[in-house]
Amino acid sequence: MQSKYVGKLALVVAAVLVQVRVAACAPPPESGSITGKVTFTGTPPKRKLIDMSKEPTCAKEHNPQEKTQNVVTGGTDALKYVVVYISAGEQPGSTPTETVHYEQKGCMYMPHIEVMQVNQPLSISNGDPVAHNIHPMPKINSEWNKSQPPGTPPIQTKWEKAEFIPVKCNIHPWMQGFFVVLKTSHYAVTGDDGLFTLKGLPPGKYTVTAWQEQYGTQSQEVTVGANGATKPLSFVFKVLPY
Amino acid sequence: MPLMKLTIPAVFVVRSTLVVLLAVGAATCSAQIDHNITPFTKDMTSHINGLTGHAYGDGQFRPDAGAQLYRRYCVGCHGAKGNGEGENAQWINPKPRDLTLGTFECRSTPTGTLPTDQDLFNSITRGFVTTNMPSWKPLTNQERANLIAMVKAFSPRWGKEKPGTPITIPPPPPLTIEHILAGRETFDKLQCWKCHGPEGRGDGAAAATLTTDKGDSIRPYDFSTGSRFKCGQTDRDLYQVFMTGLDGTPMPSFADVVKPDQAWELVYFLRTLQVSQKSPELGLIKQYQAAHPGQLKPVGQDQAPGTGQ
Repeated sequence: MQSKYVGKLALVVAAVLVQVRVAACAPPPESGSITGKVTFTGTPPKRKLIDMSKEPTCAKEHNPQEKTQNVVTGGTDALKYVVVYISAGEQPGSTPTETVHYEQKGCMYMPHIEVMQVNQPLSISNGDPVAHNIHPMPKINSEWNKSQPPGTPPIQTKWEKAEFIPVKCNIHPWMQGFFVVLKTSHYAVTGDDGLFTLKGLPPGKYTVTAWQEQYGTQSQEVTVGANGATKPLSFVFKVLPY
Repeated sequence: MPLMKLTIPAVFVVRSTLVVLLAVGAATCSAQIDHNITPFTKDMTSHINGLTGHAYGDGQFRPDAGAQLYRRYCVGCHGAKGNGEGENAQWINPKPRDLTLGTFECRSTPTGTLPTDQDLFNSITRGFVTTNMPSWKPLTNQERANLIAMVKAFSPRWGKEKPGTPITIPPPPPLTIEHILAGRETFDKLQCWKCHGPEGRGDGAAAATLTTDKGDSIRPYDFSTGSRFKCGQTDRDLYQVFMTGLDGTPMPSFADVVKPDQAWELVYFLRTLQVSQKSPELGLIKQYQAAHPGQLKPVGQDQAPGTGQ
């Protein structure tokens, strides 16, 4: 009698163990992607030509002349250089170890908007034959300002808090960009087509935020269904001609 | 009776004028600038050379506490919130410092870090030449220490961060013409002349477009005037400026790209740019130029011809 019970108990325990193992080995629940497009309404400001005549070495690298990048549109209604990211609803992830590379080339920042995660290594290099000073101007993190003459090694740094940090070179005032420091690993920067995709999101409710350097942030709630399904998002920024 | 008829409106007029005057008085009172000091924290101290400064008394009213002194001497420019928007600020250029940011120009600590209490103490003791900030040396050491505690009370940064470690400044090498010429080469190579101009007159190609973090125009230092430096007079002060940078301004730190020996050579050369002041450095380079006419190639000619105006 007793041994029968013991045998049954053993079976149950074994079954539970197997189930636990199966659960542990099972593929993660279907992960979904959030896709969408960032567009604008209104008349965008005219992009101004950048006058690099005070730095002839850089000026001759740009033919045709570069234009300002604070508001860049593409196609009929797409808005470029908008950062779209998950701002809430996510489990905190680990800090990525791969280095983000930021380059100064032809007296321009490459890329104009550099996205990275909190505490992710950032390497800033100068590919020009002229001196630059890298001057990030954060409000939450600490501001600094370092000179980087030609041929000097990259500056290795990182940002400890999430923030949109304007960066400029005081020697070449047209050099203006942003370090976008995010807590999430799910982000995208829109290109000429204004499209974005945030991949690998487990089912759940999220807040998706779109940030444009001149027009600020907008947020929307999104639910990624059990089968990974979402409906496409649309962010519309009202732009002004000045 | 007619007299009565006259007096009544007269009294009425007088009374209504009074009411109007009172109303105007009340309006001006309510429109006055709020001088209630509102720091980020009231619990802040400073430590300077054995002195402990207090932003507020330790639970009791102290007439010489930082807050009282700030209200008396500083609020007009730096404002009740410490954000540099006091009532006089609109008339002042360069603008008063926004103390809430915790960003300061004259530091012994690396760029991006908080200054030491001593750095701040030295700054208010010295004042800032070419600005409206006077020297506060007439106040006692204790009073200035209390004011530094108050300065720190306006920014949340002191609650979260420690001041940076002051940079080490090795003893200077002997002053020789070779060191001065090497410093000149460094000045050329680091492209200091982009802002300060090839002769240090503050007229480099980028000079006209320089702004502070707040977007206000700012001029690079013109060495030829021989005026005092913003962050102190000595060679060590000058060394410190380009090795820590003047945070909040276009002047970057060169600590990553200049070795201590090179830094001293640069100091020696910068003294020769102060052409209106007699100095051993200026004497040496004049001697050299007399002995080797036309041998020094002009600064800032390699990369960008035509700049330097």
